[in-house]
Amino acid sequence: MIGNGILKGLTETARNFFGSYVSKDRLTTVQYPEQKIPQIEASRNFPFLVYDGADWDAGMRCVACQICEKECPPKCIFIEKSKDKKPDAVGKAQFYPARFDIDISVCMSCQICVEVCPFDAIKMDVEFDLPTDNRFSGLLLDRHKLAKSNDYYHQIHPTEASAVDAALAEERAKTAAKAAAAPPVAAAAAKPAAPATAATATSAAPQPAAASTPKPAEGDAK
Amino acid sequence: MMTATFLILAAIAVAGSATAMSLRNAVHCVLALTAGFLGLAGLYLYLGAQFVGLTQVMVYVGAVAILAVFAIMMTHHPGEPEERFSRLWLSGFIIAAAVFLTLARAITLAFVASPASTTQAAAPSVTAQQIGDTLLSRYVLPLEIIGLLLTAALIGAVIIAMDPKDDPSHTEEEATQ
Amino acid sequence: MIALMNSGAFSAENLDQIFVLAKHALLARTPGMLQPLASAIISIVPLMIVFPLLFAITTILERKGLGRMQNRYGPNRVGPFGLLQPAADGIKALIKEDVVPAAADQLVHFFAPVVFVAAAFLGYSVLPIGRNMVLVNLNAGVLFFFAVGSVVELSVFMAGWSSRSKYSLLGAMRAIAQMISYEVPLVLAAVPAIMAAGSLSTVDIVEAQAGYTGIFPHWFLFTPWGIVGFGLFLIAATAESNRSPFDLPEGESEIIAGYFIEYSGFKFALFFLAEYLGMFATSALGITLFLGGWSAPLSFLSFIPSWIWFFTKLLALIFFFIWIRGTLPRLRMDQLMGFAWKFILPMALLNVFVTGLWRFLPAGPLNSIRWAVCAAVLAAPCIVLSQSLKQKKKLLLRTYHFAE
Repeated sequence: MIGNGILKGLTETARNFFGSYVSKDRLTTVQYPEQKIPQIEASRNFPFLVYDGADWDAGMRCVACQICEKECPPKCIFIEKSKDKKPDAVGKAQFYPARFDIDISVCMSCQICVEVCPFDAIKMDVEFDLPTDNRFSGLLLDRHKLAKSNDYYHQIHPTEASAVDAALAEERAKTAAKAAAAPPVAAAAAKPAAPATAATATSAAPQPAAASTPKPAEGDAK
Repeated sequence: MMTATFLILAAIAVAGSATAMSLRNAVHCVLALTAGFLGLAGLYLYLGAQFVGLTQVMVYVGAVAILAVFAIMMTHHPGEPEERFSRLWLSGFIIAAAVFLTLARAITLAFVASPASTTQAAAPSVTAQQIGDTLLSRYVLPLEIIGLLLTAALIGAVIIAMDPKDDPSHTEEEATQ
Repeated sequence: MIALMNSGAFSAENLDQIFVLAKHALLARTPGMLQPLASAIISIVPLMIVFPLLFAITTILERKGLGRMQNRYGPNRVGPFGLLQPAADGIKALIKEDVVPAAADQLVHFFAPVVFVAAAFLGYSVLPIGRNMVLVNLNAGVLFFFAVGSVVELSVFMAGWSSRSKYSLLGAMRAIAQMISYEVPLVLAAVPAIMAAGSLSTVDIVEAQAGYTGIFPHWFLFTPWGIVGFGLFLIAATAESNRSPFDLPEGESEIIAGYFIEYSGFKFALFFLAEYLGMFATSALGITLFLGGWSAPLSFLSFIPSWIWFFTKLLALIFFFIWIRGTLPRLRMDQLMGFAWKFILPMALLNVFVTGLWRFLPAGPLNSIRWAVCAAVLAAPCIVLSQSLKQKKKLLLRTYHFAE
């Protein structure tokens, strides 16, 4: 029949029109920002720094090894090492970043920094709602803005975060076991060597090593 | 009767036509001529000839002006400065003066010749119905001849504009390639 | 108060003529010298307020209607349910910077939207909006409407050419070709109504349809030539106002915006306004010619004022245009032109012939003889023409010579 296609089309749109008032699930629009679609776990936007515990400054896992700065393709990470050390996620005294800036106007979300970080310190965030009114300083995130807690990491990437936590716990257990096994032997070996080394050694190099080994021994003795 | 309406309409018609002759850009000339057409249509309406006035707008502004601009656009190169005065301006001036004097004489003679025209007879209001009746009863032969002429012109235009590839005898070969 | 209501003041007739009575009341208060001028102004001002207001309403109706047809909400942020969106659009159009290309022809570029809007508004002066509510009752009203409609093509050319941009020129050429091609069927589709009413005056045409046999009206739509004529008129009107599916000249996804590509801000809004006003005017003419103008569809509904019926029919036609826009894909230029010259024009000519046939055939019981003959004479060529327009070339299976 002539005009068959047009009539079919007209009935289709009429059905859409009246149906959209009758059944609400015809309309798939999400009224952003009142409604938001939850993001899938594998989504990523810009990096953030993970910290354990409550204090963002003390609990930060990053040890300023600067591997991510070197590996970043567009060179958007700027790190300055600190002069002193503090204990890291597994307890060893490490440097920490005095300055850790990411320029998110340059970052291309390639996730290479996450892949190369040996300390699980930098992970990908999913937040995309980042408007700012200054295109330069507003888009240069510093250490404080980048630091987000491990609980937040669990919220956005649950499976990843659990795997990382399990790995870190294993590391801590291994280091603790090693320290428990090593000091009784090392203490016995260090005692005859200690006067010799203490007399000859004036440089500070053996001292951190000597300083660190008696610590687990003291802790173990307690 | 030199009423204000007549003066304004006449001014539009004359100014439009005069500008059409003196502008440099050809499309501007056509647009000025269109203003002249509109002034003329206004004069027809002022004289009470509704049908002729409205047909003037519809045909001249809606079709002839469009035809003129299409023709200019297809053939002209815009931006080239046209020569303002042609070299034959003296002979042109003489011919224009001769035509003007002839027309002026004819019009003034028409108004003083017959004594019946001295009375201000009201112009008969001609409706579209009367025009239609006359066209199909008294002037039906000229109407049909004009129709034939226009058909011939249309067919001629189609033939001129037709691409030789569009010839129906060639489409069979194209379809199977 | 009750006495006032019980008196004939709020009768249906007074409500029907309320605007005419208001105008007479206002005129009685103006001094005699100024009365012709005041009469003109009092008639024109409501037109210039109502139809742009209808334009604003139509923009929001269109956006929300199209949205619902496409299974989404329309705009719903500005005002309740997004109903103040036209206000936001208007303010945006007014405060945008007016960018005119340096190479453009300044005078012509400025006057193109002015001519467009003027021609669009002029068409409303011969349309009867209600009983005794026409601005000017010209003897050749329909001819006047088509005459000012043809000025629109000139303004389209002015807009396209003055911008000195190849997109706008191309769009203007296509737009003018389309408008000229569909203007002839538009006029020819209107001719049967003029023939049936015997007059070019719009008021006479509506008067000829305002009678009732029993409860059914004498609308020209309820005749075979009226149905076909109205259909052809609607198709031609859609093409004249460059609306989907004939919106190739302003195809938003193809040649960006066609002939008004170099216009921004208020001038763009004026083009938009003029286009929609043209659509309303042509719809209103279609209502006048075929749908009985301001007369009610059933005789017992005549207590509802005539101007309400007019605007109801106008809104129904607007909704139909929006519906068509949401349904049909755009026609390509050659399809468009082929449709106009090979289908619409022959059908319009045939329709004129069938109107004459209807007039001279005997009526028979319930007009059955007339209906049978006229419907047959119209349907057969329609089927034949549409079959001939179908694509003849069979689409062969494509072979890739160089791909593995």
